[in-house]
Amino acid sequence: MQARVQEIINRYGADKGFLVPVLQDVQKEFNYLPEEALVAVSTGLGVPLSRVFEVATFYRAFSLQPRGKHLLSLCLGTACHVRGAPLIAQHLERELGIKAGMTTPDLQYTFETVNCLGACALGPILVVDNQYHGQVSIAKTNAILSTFGKKVASDEEA
Amino acid sequence: MADRVSLKIDGRTIEVPTGTTILEAAKSANILIPNLCSNEELAPYGACRLCMVEINHHGRTRLVASCIYEVAEGLEVTTVTERVLNVRRLVIELLLARNPYHPVLQRIAAELGVSASRFESDVKGCILCGQCVRTCREVVGVAAIGFKGRGTSRAVATPFDKAPPDCIACGSCAYVCPVDVIPIEEKEGVRTIWKTDFKLAQCSKCGRYFAPIKQLEYFKTIAHLPDDHFATCPACR
Amino acid sequence: MKKLKSPQDLAARQEELRSRRDPNAPCITICAGTGCLAYGTQKIIDRFREELASQKLTDTVQLRTSGCHGFCERGPMVVISPQKILYQRITTDDVPDIITKTIQRGEIIERLLYTDPVTKQKIVYEHEVPFYKLQTRNVFGMNGLIDPSSLDDYLAIGGYSALAKALFRMTPHEVIQEIIASNLRGRGGGGFPTGWKWDATRKAKGEPKYVICNADEGDPGAYMDRSLLEGNPHLVLEGMIIGAYAIGSHEGYIYVRNEYPLAVTNITTAITAARDAGLLGTDILGSGFSFDIKINRGGGAFVCGESSALFASIEGRSGEPRAKYIHATDQGLFNKPTALNNVETWGNVPLIINRGAAWYSSIGTKRSTGTKIFSLVGKINNTGLVEVPMGITLRQIIFDIGGGIPKGRKFKAVQTGGPSGGCIPEQFLDMPVDFDELTKIGSMMGSGGMIVMDDRTCMVDVAKYFLAFLEEESCGKCTPCREGIKQMRIILQRITEGSGTEEDLATLEWMGGAIKDGSLCALGGSAPNPVLTTIQYFRDEYIAHLRDKRCPAGVCKALISYRINPEKCTGCHACARVCPTQAARGEKKQPHTIDSTACIKCGACFEACKFEAIIIQ
Repeated sequence: MQARVQEIINRYGADKGFLVPVLQDVQKEFNYLPEEALVAVSTGLGVPLSRVFEVATFYRAFSLQPRGKHLLSLCLGTACHVRGAPLIAQHLERELGIKAGMTTPDLQYTFETVNCLGACALGPILVVDNQYHGQVSIAKTNAILSTFGKKVASDEEA
Repeated sequence: MADRVSLKIDGRTIEVPTGTTILEAAKSANILIPNLCSNEELAPYGACRLCMVEINHHGRTRLVASCIYEVAEGLEVTTVTERVLNVRRLVIELLLARNPYHPVLQRIAAELGVSASRFESDVKGCILCGQCVRTCREVVGVAAIGFKGRGTSRAVATPFDKAPPDCIACGSCAYVCPVDVIPIEEKEGVRTIWKTDFKLAQCSKCGRYFAPIKQLEYFKTIAHLPDDHFATCPACR
Repeated sequence: MKKLKSPQDLAARQEELRSRRDPNAPCITICAGTGCLAYGTQKIIDRFREELASQKLTDTVQLRTSGCHGFCERGPMVVISPQKILYQRITTDDVPDIITKTIQRGEIIERLLYTDPVTKQKIVYEHEVPFYKLQTRNVFGMNGLIDPSSLDDYLAIGGYSALAKALFRMTPHEVIQEIIASNLRGRGGGGFPTGWKWDATRKAKGEPKYVICNADEGDPGAYMDRSLLEGNPHLVLEGMIIGAYAIGSHEGYIYVRNEYPLAVTNITTAITAARDAGLLGTDILGSGFSFDIKINRGGGAFVCGESSALFASIEGRSGEPRAKYIHATDQGLFNKPTALNNVETWGNVPLIINRGAAWYSSIGTKRSTGTKIFSLVGKINNTGLVEVPMGITLRQIIFDIGGGIPKGRKFKAVQTGGPSGGCIPEQFLDMPVDFDELTKIGSMMGSGGMIVMDDRTCMVDVAKYFLAFLEEESCGKCTPCREGIKQMRIILQRITEGSGTEEDLATLEWMGGAIKDGSLCALGGSAPNPVLTTIQYFRDEYIAHLRDKRCPAGVCKALISYRINPEKCTGCHACARVCPTQAARGEKKQPHTIDSTACIKCGACFEACKFEAIIIQ
């Protein structure tokens, strides 16, 4: 791990100012920011560990916990909010059994909310593994979850 | 550029060196402006917002944080106005919601005519003035602690909330904390801070425990003195 | 691409490329901005390629993928040249028809045409569609003419002429004077006169000087910067290089939001192409002027749209703003003189240099010149990006261009300026839109987001929404913002749950004033705006929540209930099937009921019912 982190650091000329891009690449590499990697970044860049930790916990894009196989991002921007996105958010929290920002215990799904993806004509929008799904309704959301083999509560007949 | 600047604070004309902040200038004239995050040893931070004052410069009136605003020739400062009091009262009520107990906060509140906070308590103790973090970084130089998170989840923390690898247990953070929320304990040759035990060194002459070993090791690396200089306590040197 | 080493090289290349674009040759331009791609446009593009290949038309019919056209409600869409026929809401199944009927036989496919909702007439040509016709698409219109990944396309429409003019026929001082004369004001939200900003940076002491493009477009509902950066990256680059020349900067940054991957890709491609062509980097066009650009990606923090927080981010720190007592033009990035401008601001620069400040300032109002791109979203028929001259009224934007409110509902408010702005009620619909007018009524232009709301939008809920947004995005450094916004949000929450009191309104107003005065940066400083403007203009709605414990718009969960109208219910059981708590129940073919004790107001039944039998009040 040390070697891969050093390689990323070298890509940016080992310049302290590039801490954020370095962390972005480290996260891309490991799918999250492992503690060991952050220690390696601190040593490799010559930045105090407290600052690496500060930056890693400041920006929402970073996750210090392993992320799920499938990443679901729901837009909660104003336009989507006004079109009912909060109801979709609550529905997903119920179906996945986790709060927004968390990962399911089986590491299958990470659900996060984002503040505006900039595709407002399609609101509410749910991005699943980089695929944009527009005008999602509760029914559509269930259909998407079903494609991953996830059973949804309303599958059981009332 | 002139060396000294002339300005008015609460109607009084004061002359101070260029680069002085309004807070410092006021202090030199015995005008006390409440503040929690400023410290002479540290670079101005401007976070608590208690020290807001109203200024008038070139005909424009606005509120600024006196701890970071540098004086300018002809500046007119009013340290207490309705707008200023509104900000100070809001700030102290908000801080009391985080820490209803500490006498320093209660005293500031009393001086502002605030008897209690109308806000629901969510006791955290820490008022996020940042003095501990800044001291560790600017004065001690090890940056063992920092902030984590953002917004209302911002907190002072050690990396990963674990034992801080760079801490030398000097205790400066606990010392500067205005609300005494950094616990530091000494027992049987061990100093405990940030939930971590640090062994203390014993003076080779008098046998007293006088400083954490890690701290002495750190001094050895930055001071160019013989190693045995740190084998004895300051009293015995 | 051969390096262009002089303005003559550039002109020759532009001419060569322009002459290659036969205006009479058939061309299919398909919108491939992020919005349309989300509609599944990639599959349509692939189908076009397949069909053209199988019919051996690849050499005679050009297929161009362009950036966003702005008519987002109607995507996926194509424009067929040379006639400029617009086909909207197309699917992969329409592709063979488009090629066979329109391209080869010149026939119009009626079903794919846009129908004017008022006249009910079908419109054939793009420029006759009222949505486009009523706009002044000086900046954004270029998107439809180029493939953003092609420098050639940009050169063919005259791209980089402004750069050549600035470098070889104007001094840096003259460039600044021209921008000052144009009265171009920052399009990111501040509205600060761009020319004066450049002038201050040029005069400031310190090297190196930096030029930054702020593409951290964070206002929810605003995506013009994204679309401009994705759709015409070279325009923005050209603007930056001209600005750098004027200021005397050799290093620039483009700071792009993390959430805009396509914009990052397209601007990266553009930078590489520009460098290869000698339009960026050392000795640009043989002028002796050198300037290069780095791209920085945001980490997911709205506050980083604030200039000093943006600098902190580029410097490798967390995005904590600094108090602005010392201007960035004196001490900005790395404490050096910095000119930071918004994407759209940079995009306007080449136009001003090419056509002159007199032309530019003849558009718009006296103190707000030029055009502005707005994102018109929310409860609006024609969701999309619109470019209009400053001074046009809200009514014209929302009703004439925007097509009014869907489902015949009533206009209630339009939110401008994002979380820093305010909600504007009906009485101001005939107000001219410009920087100062919007500020006068308590809102602001902001980056240009316009979120339209109808009678089913609860203004108290909207105020709560913005506070919750800012609470999350606050950096947390200063007390009034960090703690104050949270406490305001808590009060709003109580109000939406039915336990608010009228005293709460007074508290909110007091807090609002103190937070505006006491916050360190503009995030906190403008955070109270949505609350204060909604209290000012929609006080009755607050009173209904406080006194009557009622939500007139039917939104606040604690104050509404779901029930089934037995006269409309057909007993189809659709609601019961989707109800997560089995609150909706009944016998098949019998009118169903909702058990209000079990109902969690999730909205699933409302969505599922085809007979409008679910009533929310």
